[in-house]
Amino acid sequence: MQKTFPIPPGLDDFFIEVAELTRFTGKFFRNVFLPPYEFSEILKQSFIIGYKSLSLVAVTGFIMGLVLTIQSRPTLARFGAESWLPGMVAISLIREIGPVITALICAGKVGSGIGAELASMKVTEQIDAMEVSGTNPFKFLVVTRILAAMLMIPLLVIFADAVGLFGSYIGVNIMGDVGIRLYFSQAFDSLDFADVLPAFIKTFFFGFAIATIACYKGYTCKKGTEGVGLAANSAVVVGSLCVFIIDLIAVQLASFFMK
Amino acid sequence: METATENITEKKTTAGETVVEIENLHISFGDNHVLTGANLKVTKGENVVVLGKSGSGKSVLIKCLVRLLDADEGKVIVLGEDVLSLKDEALNAIRKKIGFLFQSAALYDSMSVRENLEFPLRQIKKQTQEEKNKLVEEALKSVGLAEAIDLVPSELSGGMRKRVGLARTMILKPEIILYDEPTTGLDPITSKEISKLILEVQKEFKTTAIIITHDIECARITANRILVLKDGVFVAEGTYKELEKSEDKWVRSFFE
Repeated sequence: MQKTFPIPPGLDDFFIEVAELTRFTGKFFRNVFLPPYEFSEILKQSFIIGYKSLSLVAVTGFIMGLVLTIQSRPTLARFGAESWLPGMVAISLIREIGPVITALICAGKVGSGIGAELASMKVTEQIDAMEVSGTNPFKFLVVTRILAAMLMIPLLVIFADAVGLFGSYIGVNIMGDVGIRLYFSQAFDSLDFADVLPAFIKTFFFGFAIATIACYKGYTCKKGTEGVGLAANSAVVVGSLCVFIIDLIAVQLASFFMK
Repeated sequence: METATENITEKKTTAGETVVEIENLHISFGDNHVLTGANLKVTKGENVVVLGKSGSGKSVLIKCLVRLLDADEGKVIVLGEDVLSLKDEALNAIRKKIGFLFQSAALYDSMSVRENLEFPLRQIKKQTQEEKNKLVEEALKSVGLAEAIDLVPSELSGGMRKRVGLARTMILKPEIILYDEPTTGLDPITSKEISKLILEVQKEFKTTAIIITHDIECARITANRILVLKDGVFVAEGTYKELEKSEDKWVRSFFE
């Protein structure tokens, strides 16, 4: 007799969700290469995702650099290696902390924004209205947002890294006197190609994951106004979790290919 | 070679011709059987009002006409095309000939009134911006809201939203307009204005309309023919005066 195993409660829903998200992602790839290309909407979304997140990313980046420097100094001082401070902070910021913290900030700000906006459009029948007017709402709403996030999040990470290094320079100078040229030459000397490239490449995937999950949660929202809150909330939670998973995979791949 | 889209675009309907035909339509959501064999024929140029209690499947019926919902069984023929079996491109071509005014008007919150009206026009590549502006201004003028062109939806009252929604529906000059509870949530005076506007649209643009409502005053003003939906099927049909004197107590209760 064939044995059957009951599926634990909730696990079937999880697999259905994964399958639907995969299908949603597949639909993105089918639509992304087909005209019309909605350049003006991509530009508008890039402005919203990129420009409107600048101040938040700048403040976070500055504090990241400053705090990392202040916290690392005593340990390095104990080994008499304070001169390594700019290099250590630069490597930490550019390889890991800058991309991940910026992506988490974006998962919160951009992910919740997209999730709530699309969900509210869904429950107020605005997406249906686009569909019956003969327009492809998926292309107009989803493809444009994912492309804009893939374009803007890497730029925000570069910006956060730059502001973070400046914050670190201020941190170094709280208890010392290091010239800006010396600080930045030490910071950049310690960086090499294998530090910068994988960190930059993974930010495209962060942008893709954050926007795809937020769009999926919003676009498939079902439970009326209650669903809008749920969509925004789960866009942030699942988006943030994906950032860590992608980071883990990226680190493994980078250490494998760039020994 | 002729495409399905070209085929649909070229078809012209004539007065008296059936433009919407629903046969044995079944739609259910899980165990909830909403439509259980509905049949309907609408001829060109008439305003058909569908009456029924809340949750009787009125909105489901018109959503099926533009395939916002798929049917379990049955046929839906719109302008000679079986909507349920059309591919995306052909379906979009049919949708451009059908206007849909949603219950909430479904205006795009992030766009101004002008952008809302321009949105359906973006598919027409050959139009210049000047031509688009002219169409937008004309459409807004026809619903008496020319001055609201630069406002955003949050600055509009319920009645104004419905009017702008109607202008957006009208801008592609559809042959058929589907109204989903056009007077819900409005005061009696504004409801009457919207009902009269629906009638004006029919006269001026020679459109065919299916109006979903439970506002009996709206039905009285707009309907050439009224159908009553109960338990997933149409149980009564006639003019306002005929149904008002119906022998069926349940049907008559709508008019009391």
